[in-house]
Amino acid sequence: MTGAASWSFSEDHYRQIQQHLTAFLRESNARCALLVDRTGQLVTTVGETPQFDPTAFASLTAADFSANDQLARMIGEPEFASLVHQGERESMLLADVAKRVILVVLFDQRATLGLVKLKAKPVVEQLARVLEDMFNRVGTGQASEQRVLEGAEDEIDRLFG
Amino acid sequence: MSMINYASREINCKLVYYGPGLGGKTTNLEHVYGKVSPNTRGKMISLATETERTLFFDFLPVDLGTIRGFKTRFHLYTVPGQVYYNASRKLILKGVDGIVFVADSQMERMEANVESMQNLYDNMAEYGYDLTKIPFVIQYNKRDLPNAGPVRDLQAALNPGWPVEDPALQKVTPDPANPGQTIVDRIEEQWIGRAPYVEAVAVRGDGVFETLKVVSKMVLKTLS
Repeated sequence: MTGAASWSFSEDHYRQIQQHLTAFLRESNARCALLVDRTGQLVTTVGETPQFDPTAFASLTAADFSANDQLARMIGEPEFASLVHQGERESMLLADVAKRVILVVLFDQRATLGLVKLKAKPVVEQLARVLEDMFNRVGTGQASEQRVLEGAEDEIDRLFG
Repeated sequence: MSMINYASREINCKLVYYGPGLGGKTTNLEHVYGKVSPNTRGKMISLATETERTLFFDFLPVDLGTIRGFKTRFHLYTVPGQVYYNASRKLILKGVDGIVFVADSQMERMEANVESMQNLYDNMAEYGYDLTKIPFVIQYNKRDLPNAGPVRDLQAALNPGWPVEDPALQKVTPDPANPGQTIVDRIEEQWIGRAPYVEAVAVRGDGVFETLKVVSKMVLKTLS
């Protein structure tokens, strides 16, 4: 591999992700769910609009998760598939999805950690299936999507003067 | 790993500023943060020690414009330069689309530069990335200091070149940042490639945007 491959998702996959997360929030009583890719890029946010900068939040989430991954390996665990940070009022659960993205769930006293964890398990599996489908399609004929800017060299030149 | 979101019409790319400690990586990001309009940049996050040394990373998202109806958003990261933070440094490289190596031009820092460059090659190789094949720019920073070494010496130590095997790339290619110079050339019957370089004084902002421009353009061209 020369570098990291790019990945893309269609509007259809995006809609499926949104639907799964919306149902999860309803069942778990959590406030908000964010999907962040392992490199720190925000994929989507569902539920209450966060009162913080979601882009910065996403980069910190990925760093937090990666650092904990390394800590897991140091103590002889292959990974920590999920992490919980509990505060007095606000808490968050982070869960790995197919080793590609991280599901972040924000919840307060209206939800319990037990319920959030219980409901997160099936949604992680659903999201993993969507991602798998997405990557399989990219591998079988939709590779042209990776060349999203094909033929746009002039436009790129103009953008940078 | 650039991420293309067809639903929100966005292309997200990750750039990492690498290099020895106290070389000016954070200063580059601070200058960008200070100069671009708040509408086109997000919040700058710095995970630093009490003495303002980078502990984990600095992070700054900037929008560079729209191409083909896609908003191009670049996430700029720095790594901690000190040798003993290698575990953190490696994590930040995950999924990188383009690298800026910020070298300290002072002669006394030559060894630190070389060590950091070697460390970059090693860490990239561990992820299976080939630094000679991804967008990569070297910034020679602190050019204003009296003890700054000649660019020729810095190039010889840090950017000596690599053999270009791909016949499609075996053509004389001008250096986008230095008119009259090349980044791919035939030397003694062999095709040699080099990273483009930019001379900078990051504390004054000289060369900061030029570096960002060169590397971002290279990244977007990989999608074209």
